Amino acid sequence: MCRTCGCSDGVGQPTSHAHDHTVDHDRAPGHVHASPSATAVVLSLEQRVLERNDRLAAETRRWLGARGVLALNLMSGPGAGKTTLLERTLRDIGGELEISVIEGDQATDHDADRIRSAGGRAVQVNTGAGCHLDAAMVARALVELGPAEGSVVVIENVGNLVCPALFDLGENAKVVVTSVTDGDDKPLKYPHMFRAGDVLLVNKIDLLPYVRFDRDRCLTFAREMNPRICTFEVSATRGDGLDAWYGWLRQRAAQAHRVGEG
Amino acid sequence: MHELAIAEEIVAIVADRTRGARVRRIVIEVGRLCAVVPDAMRFCFDLATEGTVAEGARLDIVEVPGRARCRVCGADVVLDRPFGRCGCGSTDLEWLAGEELRIRDVELV
Repeated sequence: MCRTCGCSDGVGQPTSHAHDHTVDHDRAPGHVHASPSATAVVLSLEQRVLERNDRLAAETRRWLGARGVLALNLMSGPGAGKTTLLERTLRDIGGELEISVIEGDQATDHDADRIRSAGGRAVQVNTGAGCHLDAAMVARALVELGPAEGSVVVIENVGNLVCPALFDLGENAKVVVTSVTDGDDKPLKYPHMFRAGDVLLVNKIDLLPYVRFDRDRCLTFAREMNPRICTFEVSATRGDGLDAWYGWLRQRAAQAHRVGEG
Repeated sequence: MHELAIAEEIVAIVADRTRGARVRRIVIEVGRLCAVVPDAMRFCFDLATEGTVAEGARLDIVEVPGRARCRVCGADVVLDRPFGRCGCGSTDLEWLAGEELRIRDVELV
């Protein structure tokens, strides 16, 4: 039954809701009714706000999948060490895995320059006032980047623990970075981000002797938000724990490659 | 402030679906577990509607409660924030409702 008018037309069309009525309410497209105020016309839209973003993200995912490309959406607050992690990853295993990067920042090309200096290809996206990347920005950047078949694309999102969690970019996995200097209660304060992540990297563990950070507390909070999250404790500067991260990366890249070939 | 991007998307969808007709009121559903803050949404809505078919329109926000099923024992769990614990102690919850972010309907002038 139509929720707006109570008619029984359009049963079985729960998603569009723009069903035809036997009596033609011929006004704007969709489902039009006279409201109680007599002059007003109510148009039922029943549309997801992020539908356009999510549809584009799904197209990107298919495009990358067909090429056997592994795409990661790398997210953290500002200064947790995303770019340093990518620089180190490129230097350590860039000869073995082809990794290119889409850098999202409100302003400057600094991070793309850092990636290029570390031997990777990079496209910088400046979001201006925007606090996150969206599927359209990533789709455009991918055309410019032209990732090779079987390669890895890392989308380094704008440093922000809130907004990027909501936007699907077409990635295969979301990787969240937090650092010991951020404090151990970040998962509790930013539950959406930690829930969205498939992987959590706790970075800067070389600084543990100098900061108050309870690793058990941080990981317990993270698992409370997301019992399935896969965690690595690393230092992107000193190298601690990176082998496990590289192992995960290799395994997922190989998996994406197999799917692309299949 | 992703609410601004979301408000702009709402205005774009409405303008598209109403084919440019003037809009008096927009009703949206926002789940309690969705990372959208209703107050921020209202603030951004006024900015996003300026100079559009929805300028001056009212934004009505219908909040949808959060509901989940425990993956361990199968019990229903009510959530008022984006995490929680089942009576059995598990935090492994499958969200059933509360992530909605939808335009329900619009009232034309």
